[in-house]
Amino acid sequence: MIELQQIERNFPVGDEIVQALSGVDLQMPAGDYVSVMGPSGSGKSTLLNVLGLLDRPNAGSYRMNGVETTELVEEGRAALRRDHIGFVFQAFHLVPRLTAADNIGLPMILAGVEPKERRVRIDQVLHSLGLVDRAQHRPDQLSGGQRQRVAIGRAIVMQPDLLLADEPTGNLDQQSGSDVISLLEQLNADGITLVVVTHDLAIGKRARRRIRMVDGHITRDTRTDARG
Amino acid sequence: MRAADVFRFSAGSLAGAPTRTLLMLLAMCIGVASVVVLTALGEGARRYVVGEFAELGTHLLIMLPGRSETTGGAPPMFGETPRDLTLDDALALLRERSILRIAPLTIGNAPVSFGAREREVTVIGSTHEFFPIRHLSIGTGRPLPKTDPKRAYNVAVLGSGLRSELFGNTRALGQWIRINDRRYRVIGVLGEGGESLGQNLDDMVVIPVAAAQSLFNTPALFRVLIQARSEQDIEQAKRAARDIIRERHDGEDDITIITQDALLATFDKILRALTYSVGGIAGISLAVAGILIMNVMLVAVSQRVGEIGLLKALGAPERQVLRLFLVEAVMLASAGAALGVLIGLVGIFALRQAFPVFPIAAPLWAPAAAVAVAIVTGLLFGVLPARRAARLDPVQALTGR
Repeated sequence: MIELQQIERNFPVGDEIVQALSGVDLQMPAGDYVSVMGPSGSGKSTLLNVLGLLDRPNAGSYRMNGVETTELVEEGRAALRRDHIGFVFQAFHLVPRLTAADNIGLPMILAGVEPKERRVRIDQVLHSLGLVDRAQHRPDQLSGGQRQRVAIGRAIVMQPDLLLADEPTGNLDQQSGSDVISLLEQLNADGITLVVVTHDLAIGKRARRRIRMVDGHITRDTRTDARG
Repeated sequence: MRAADVFRFSAGSLAGAPTRTLLMLLAMCIGVASVVVLTALGEGARRYVVGEFAELGTHLLIMLPGRSETTGGAPPMFGETPRDLTLDDALALLRERSILRIAPLTIGNAPVSFGAREREVTVIGSTHEFFPIRHLSIGTGRPLPKTDPKRAYNVAVLGSGLRSELFGNTRALGQWIRINDRRYRVIGVLGEGGESLGQNLDDMVVIPVAAAQSLFNTPALFRVLIQARSEQDIEQAKRAARDIIRERHDGEDDITIITQDALLATFDKILRALTYSVGGIAGISLAVAGILIMNVMLVAVSQRVGEIGLLKALGAPERQVLRLFLVEAVMLASAGAALGVLIGLVGIFALRQAFPVFPIAAPLWAPAAAVAVAIVTGLLFGVLPARRAARLDPVQALTGR
């Protein structure tokens, strides 16, 4: 369960202050599937970063599973990110020198999970993503779609409650993009809360709940329960 | 994060960027190697000078006529000419128990000739004791005879350089050479490399002190070399020698006695300055290495901003990111320092082969200090950029802004 109340986020740009988020209220129950759309500079990426605890709002309240995150110090927010949030980026952000399996295992290394346990979980993830034969390949030996699947594997290996995807198909061709979205939806069907920021109307429309943002405000929030 | 994983991750990122790692290793290596070699050179210089003093003679005191003391007050009413130091004065010193032996010295320049060849050289008048006091080795023949110092035997011991100039490849022993208009029989030749404190004994001739006094027509001695019986006897010998001469010179204290200690103290200043300057040069090279490392690290960190952002997004707190870079820097610095010490030692070995006369050796503290400084520099210059990176906002780091 995620609750945002009156979130404000502004950045100083030169002499001016840009209001990236203003007065944002948002509740997401567990298992929600939300797409965030809007023109460039509307604050949708900032919203995602705030949701992912990468960015701190200037004002407002953000409660995650009942915990008030705005009062946490950086260490506490890092721990929440590690244990409850997975990120999927447009540019994949894989570590080039690590194999697919090691990239997937990276969050567990940071969390200090036992090597034996790590191997078991990496194998599970590789199986579910259909990447078993690519486990020992480095990112530069993988196609774009495969890279994004490795990145998704890394995002879910810690079994988070919340999966945040920022333009996950932006660097992919139509077919791979569609495959990646299907994979994300399948994870959502398994119970994970999914938030996708996208420019692509077709992808945005697939979400059960669609949020439109303009100038830091949520201007529309529609839900179609019939689809799913 | 488990310790083994920290090491593996850091080693992995070092191996993942071989060019950068090699550059940093090189910088560290050169810094440490130059510290080791430079301190070895400084230490070599010190040992060289100390060695020179040992060659000058052990427990040595040098007595010279005249009082070298500056006192205030009006100029003296009567011209104060110091009394000459005579051979009898010198021989009187042997009364003192703490004095092992003495060698009176009369020195002058005179033409030395054999056949048609003539050289203007330094002529030293002394006694048999001159040879053991100055640690002079005899190449062929024998030193001056152990006889009454007051008798002017016409014999001479040649420096090896002078011998070859006068005689070439022919036999010198037993030949008669001419010094001024007097004839002397060659009874010995000094060993090669008889050099001490820049005074080349190769181009000298040693004759009995009485013969030199008559040659230069003076009863005065230039110096008296005094060898004390032991280290502890030096002070006693100095006091006694002064007393004996004062007694013989009607109560006037008109000699100067220089001890090796006094000479060493002078050289100590020079050596200290040398050590400091060498240390300074070494410090500069380490600083250069540090700046090289900082440069490469800054580039490395800016290249890895994305990775740092990712680690933070994946839930690594600032502290953990910093620790990863810290371990990486320590690994790099220790490897570089170890390699640098190795190269430094090889360099010292090569220098020693090239200049066997110069006793080059790294003092033990030098590699230890160099390694310690290298690791500290590596940490400092490696961690400062990393710290900046670890503090980066993960959003900015990820987007590369």
